[in-house]
Amino acid sequence: MERTRQLLTSKTFLIHLVLIVGSVAMVVPFLWMILTSLKTYAESIQVPPVIIPEDFQWGNYKEVFGLLPFFKFMYNTVIVTVLRTVGQLFLCSLAAYAFARIEFPGRNILFILALSVLMVPGQVFLLPQYMIMVKLGWLNSLQAVIVPGLFSAFGTFLLRQFFMGLPKELEEAARLDGCNHFQIYWKIMLPLAKPGLIALGIFTTLWSWNELMWPMIVNSSPESMTLSAGLSSLQGQYLTNYPILMAGSFLAILPMLILFIILQKQFIEGIAVTGGK
Amino acid sequence: MKELPLQVEVKSKKVFKVSNLTKTRKRSDYFWAYLMIAPTMLGLFIFYLWPIVQTFYFSFTEWGAFGQYEWTGLDNYKRMLEDTNLIKSFKNTGIYIIFTVPIGIFLSILVAVLLNQNIKGKSVYRTLYFLPVITMPAAIAMVWKWLYNSDFGLLNYLLSLFGIKGPQWASDPKIALYSIIVVGIWSGIGYNMVIFLSGLQGIPKTYYEAAEMDGAGPFRVFFTITMPLLSPVIFFVSIMSLIGAFQVFDLIFMMIGKSSTALENTQSIVYLFYQHAFVLNDKGYAAAIAVLLLIVILIITAIQMVLQKKWVHYD
Repeated sequence: MERTRQLLTSKTFLIHLVLIVGSVAMVVPFLWMILTSLKTYAESIQVPPVIIPEDFQWGNYKEVFGLLPFFKFMYNTVIVTVLRTVGQLFLCSLAAYAFARIEFPGRNILFILALSVLMVPGQVFLLPQYMIMVKLGWLNSLQAVIVPGLFSAFGTFLLRQFFMGLPKELEEAARLDGCNHFQIYWKIMLPLAKPGLIALGIFTTLWSWNELMWPMIVNSSPESMTLSAGLSSLQGQYLTNYPILMAGSFLAILPMLILFIILQKQFIEGIAVTGGK
Repeated sequence: MKELPLQVEVKSKKVFKVSNLTKTRKRSDYFWAYLMIAPTMLGLFIFYLWPIVQTFYFSFTEWGAFGQYEWTGLDNYKRMLEDTNLIKSFKNTGIYIIFTVPIGIFLSILVAVLLNQNIKGKSVYRTLYFLPVITMPAAIAMVWKWLYNSDFGLLNYLLSLFGIKGPQWASDPKIALYSIIVVGIWSGIGYNMVIFLSGLQGIPKTYYEAAEMDGAGPFRVFFTITMPLLSPVIFFVSIMSLIGAFQVFDLIFMMIGKSSTALENTQSIVYLFYQHAFVLNDKGYAAAIAVLLLIVILIITAIQMVLQKKWVHYD
């Protein structure tokens, strides 16, 4: 009895040891980001390094806001993220409902066509998408980032899986009551597909907030830049002034960090759902 | 039970109307279905499906300075064969994949299995490991570049405590790619861990209890129970990681300067695509690179699909 207990505690001890070492590796870069962002430039290049800065240099954050239109970047990113997420949730769920619950001619072919988009790496779309933006005169505008992001084969596929799992009786009852398909979708199916919607919502939010290449290609003016691209231009200006760069980086990730802390469970379950299907 | 015959009766009374009814009902079905899929299908067609065709077409063209282009047949593809940069970028991407995918999967399974044990503080660990997943790659690249800084970086300072003089992690052409690989693995563990964790929770506890009764050790349990039952998830994650690793761009773009001597040894296929498409205005060639990338990814996915029969267990 005593031996097994010892074995058990040594086993849990080992597990914790491994997990703690990993956690430290996960967290240290973030801590270092925050600490550096509060140092003076001189402190940041001191050897041996200053761990805790003598005076917290909140001015670094002020400088980021002052020299780049960082508020504007943040505002742009919020607009892009919100509109893309809401738009995608609505449009994908509409299409997903039809694909899952209504029989119509051409359903399979159209669905396979949509799915084929999933097999293709993103770079294949970029050049023609860029040219559409040039033709529409949308370069350096937020709609250049928002509009292509409203449509998602992945989202349609994910939500279709959810709708397919719902029982048919619900729908039949509603039809007898004289509901049309939009009403069934809106009043009955959408509330039931909530876990799927949350998963897709989180996935799209993360993706839109963090995306770099497309926003960088279509928006080079600060007026319409998003945070990822903004960081890249910050790096171009400040090269090795790491306190400023780290302040900018931390500001760029802070909103997602807060959202994650509030909605932790939904984030993790959402990712598990998008991956598991 | 009693109501059943009644329903049948009602139905039989209405029978003469049914064919008419189903017709109008069907027509309204079609109407709603097409209306509901129209926005998404139209958007997918304009921004995704037609562009696939266009990119294929562009890959046979050459572009001038003002956006005009002419048909040049297979020239772009012939040019690829002699483009040492492209060959190098394939090699770089290959090395990136070979390290990040297996090591990333191994570490995330390890963390997931440990977190699946009956221990305290699970949710705290899970949160910490998940942090990089929600973090913008541009910011991740920036902080790692700083950690890697050869003179003032934290990493080389820690090494110096052991009397080791650390290299130039992000700018030595021999090392930079491996430094990026470390960051790639670091940032991907949390995502895969969550997927593996939900896979592990689907394995019935009774299996483990039975194994314990038989006196199987932890490694045996892992290889005879966990691995086979988790294999569909491992398969899925390996395909997704592979496709993701093939398209590595953000980290390289942010960590390696445009004039860095390490660029040649770190630039990936997608980096080269970006260069040709949007920096050098060599859009025809960029399109050919995109097509090549598509073909390679499809072939590798197909190979994985075939190989999975040998090791993935579905039941």
